[in-house]
Amino acid sequence: GSLQSPGDGYLRTVTVFPGHGIGPELTAAAQRVVDATNAPVEWEVVDNITNKLTPEAYASLRKNHVALKGEFQVGVGKGSMNSINVELRREMELYANVVHSFPLPGTNPRHEGVDIVMIRESTEGEYSGMEHEVAPGITEALKVMTKAGTRRIAEYAFEYAYLNRRGKVTAVHKANIMKRADGLFLDSCREVAKNYPNVKYEEVIVDNCMMQLVSKPQQFDVMVTPNFYGSLVSNVVAGLVGGPGLVPGATIGKETAIFEQGARHLASDIAGTNTANPTGMLFAAVMMLRHIRLPVFADSVEDALFYVLEHGSRPRDIGGNASLSEFVDAVCEHINK
Amino acid sequence: STGPTFTPGEPFRATLFPGDGIGPEISEAVQRIFEVAKVPIEWDHQIISGHVVNKDGDLISEEALNSVRQNGVGLKGPFGTPIGTGHRSLNLTLRKALNLYANVRPCVSVKGYETKYKNVDVVTIRENTEGEYSGLEHEVVKGVVENVKVITRHASERIAHYAFEYAHQHGRKTVCAVHKATIMKIVDGLFLECCREAAAKYPDIKYEEMVMDKAMLTMAANPTYFDVMVMPNLYGDIASDLAAGLIGGLGLTPSGNIGEDASVFEAVHGTAPDIQGQDKANPTALLLSGCMMLRHVGHPEKADAIQDAALGVIADGRWRTGDLGGSARCSEFTQAVIDRINI
Ligand SMILES: Nc1ncnc2c1ncn2[C@@H]1O[C@H](COP(=O)(O)OP(=O)(O)OP(=O)(O)O)[C@@H](O)[C@H]1O
Ligand SMILES: Nc1ncnc2c1ncn2[C@@H]1O[C@H](COP(=O)(O)OP(=O)(O)OP(=O)(O)O)[C@@H](O)[C@H]1O
Ligand SMILES: [Mg+2]
Ligand SMILES: [Mg+2]
Repeated sequence: GSLQSPGDGYLRTVTVFPGHGIGPELTAAAQRVVDATNAPVEWEVVDNITNKLTPEAYASLRKNHVALKGEFQVGVGKGSMNSINVELRREMELYANVVHSFPLPGTNPRHEGVDIVMIRESTEGEYSGMEHEVAPGITEALKVMTKAGTRRIAEYAFEYAYLNRRGKVTAVHKANIMKRADGLFLDSCREVAKNYPNVKYEEVIVDNCMMQLVSKPQQFDVMVTPNFYGSLVSNVVAGLVGGPGLVPGATIGKETAIFEQGARHLASDIAGTNTANPTGMLFAAVMMLRHIRLPVFADSVEDALFYVLEHGSRPRDIGGNASLSEFVDAVCEHINK
Repeated sequence: STGPTFTPGEPFRATLFPGDGIGPEISEAVQRIFEVAKVPIEWDHQIISGHVVNKDGDLISEEALNSVRQNGVGLKGPFGTPIGTGHRSLNLTLRKALNLYANVRPCVSVKGYETKYKNVDVVTIRENTEGEYSGLEHEVVKGVVENVKVITRHASERIAHYAFEYAHQHGRKTVCAVHKATIMKIVDGLFLECCREAAAKYPDIKYEEMVMDKAMLTMAANPTYFDVMVMPNLYGDIASDLAAGLIGGLGLTPSGNIGEDASVFEAVHGTAPDIQGQDKANPTALLLSGCMMLRHVGHPEKADAIQDAALGVIADGRWRTGDLGGSARCSEFTQAVIDRINI
C-alpha cells in the first residue's frame, strides 16, 4: 500500500523476530527506543520459533513487509538442522544484505575514518545447501551462481551508490580460480557498471581484499560481493570499526526488508547478561524508520545515539561500563529531552 | 612421506630457484647470509623463469623437479606470470608434481615496524590440493553456473595431522579448525571430523573450532587470540593473506609448501619489476622462508640466529628498505644482518 506522511495517524505494523542468543535483548532495545520517539509504529512479535519458521512467521512478514530480527541459532555438521536464517532469506527472496560501517564517537576503532557499505548477495552461491557424499570419504558441495542473481545484486549496489552519492563500487571475487562462477558475477558487475559512468568501478580478489581491509581500509567505499565473501567482509569491517555490536545491517528483497545486526552473531557467551552492545541494532532501527518513511523519528534516534556515545557512559565491549539497559535508558532519555 | 629424511645438525642440499624480477637479488642476499652464519648447506641452482618455456613445452623441467625430489627441500623466489595461455602456472606445476599439500605461513609482528596490530603471532595452515580449487565448473543451463567444492577424508586427515604435528614440534598450544559447517554441513563437517580425530591424538594441544565469519571478525579485531589455525583451501587462502596484512604485508611474510615428496619454501610476494636490478628489494620474506627451511631440516639454532639478526636490523631502523619506509639498499640491509651475526 502507499505510505502516508507522519502525523496522519497511519500506523505501521512491524514484525519482530527476537531470535536467540542476545537477539531478544537487542530487539527489545530497538522497540523501546522507537517507542520513545512516539513514532506511529506498532509491533507484532513472533517469538515462538525454535528450530523452524512457523506459518504465522511468514504470514506476519507477508502482511507487514518489514521486520526487526535477532539471529536464529544454527546447527554444526552432518545431520544438523538447516539454518532457518538462510531459509528465511531464500523463501522471502531477500537478496541484498546491506551492512554499513561508519565512524562513531566514543568508540576506539582499530582504524580511523572507515566508512564502508557492503552489499552482499544473499540467496545463492555457497549457501545452495546442495551437498552429498559421492563415495565414502569423498564429499562435494555445489556453489550456484546465476545470471539473474548476479545482475540483481550488481544493480542494487550501483543504484545504492548512485542514490547515496557514493563514488565507488568495488566487486570482490575469486574469478582467477572460479573462472565461471565468479566470472559470471564479474560479468554482471561490469555490465551494470557501464550504466553508471559517474560511479567508479574496481575489482579486488577476495584474499587481497582482506589484506587491504586490515591495512588500508579507507580505500573502500561501496563493496559488492557474492554470498560467502560478504559474510567475511562484513565481519572484518565490523572488527575494524570497533566490534560486532556497533554495525547495523538490513536484508532486503522486492517486497520485504529485515533490519538486524550487521555482523550476525548469537553471542551466546553474553546472552541474558544485559551487557550486549545494542548500538548496531539501534542504527538498524534508524534504517528501518527511514525505510518506512518516518525520517524525522529516524533522525531523533540517530542524534540520541551519537550524543550518548560521545557524552554518556558506553557499553562494555567498547570500554565503557554501561549495561545494555543503562545505555538504552540514556538514549531514551535524550530522545525525550 | 617418501622424500629424503634429514638428520638434525647434518649438512644438507637444497634446490634454489632464484626466480624472476628481484628474485636473483634477494636470493643472493640469502646465500651470503647463510654462508656467514655457517649453515652447512649446498645449493643446487635451478634457473627457471616464468617467462621461458623449456623444450618439453613445460615451464618447469623434469630435471628441476628431480632436483627438489632428491634434495627434499627447495627455496624459491618469485616467478613471473607466464605470458599467454596454455601453460599451467609454475606454482601449480610445483604443487602437483611434488604433492605439496600444506601451505604454512607464520605471521609474527615485526618489532620496530608498526602496524595497527601488536604482538601478532599466528600460523595459518592451509589445505592446498582440493576444496574450492577443484576446477570443476559448468553451466547447467544458460545463466546458471555450478562450481564443485570437493573435500575428501584423505586430504582432510593429512592436513589435520600436519597441523597438530606442526603445533607439537613448534611448541604451540592451540589449534583452531576454521570451517563453515553451519552451512556446508557435509563437506566442512567431514573436515571437522578429521580435525577432531587428529586432536584426540594430541591431548597436550588444545583444540577448538570456529566458524569462518567469526574467525575473520576475531582476526580483524583481536588477532592475538589465535595460535595455529588449520583450514580448507579457500578459507586458508583468505585468512593467510589477512594475517600477512596484520603484520605489514607480503614483504615480511615467509611461507612453506609442505609435501609428501619434498617441501618448497618461498617468498609469497611478486617479482616487483618496478625495482628490479636496482638493489632496492627487501630480502626479508625470502630469508625468513629460508629459516623455515632450516627448521624443517633440523637446524633450528641456525634459523634462530639468522632470524634474530634480521629482525634486529629491522627493529634498529637504520637499514630499512623502501617498502618499510626506509632508504637502505638491499646490499646494505644484508651487510647489517651479516654484521649482527658476526657479533
Ligand atoms: N551486540 C553485541 N555486543 C557485544 N558483543 C557482541 C555483540 N554481538 C556479538 N558480540 C560478540 O561477538 C563475538 C562473536 O559472536 P558469537 O560468539 O555469537 O559467534 P557465533 O558464531 O554467532 O556463535 P555462538 O554464539 O553460538 O558461539 C562474541 O564474543 C560476542 O559476544
Ligand atoms: N621484497 C620486496 N622488497 C621491496 N619491495 C617489494 C618487494 N616485493 C614487492 N615489493 C613491492 O610491492 C609492490 C607489488 O609487488 P609485486 O611484486 O606483487 O608486483 P607485481 O607487479 O604484482 O609483480 P608480479 O607480476 O610478479 O606479481 C611493488 O611496488 C614492489 O616494488
Ligand atoms: Mg592468496
Ligand atoms: Mg603481484
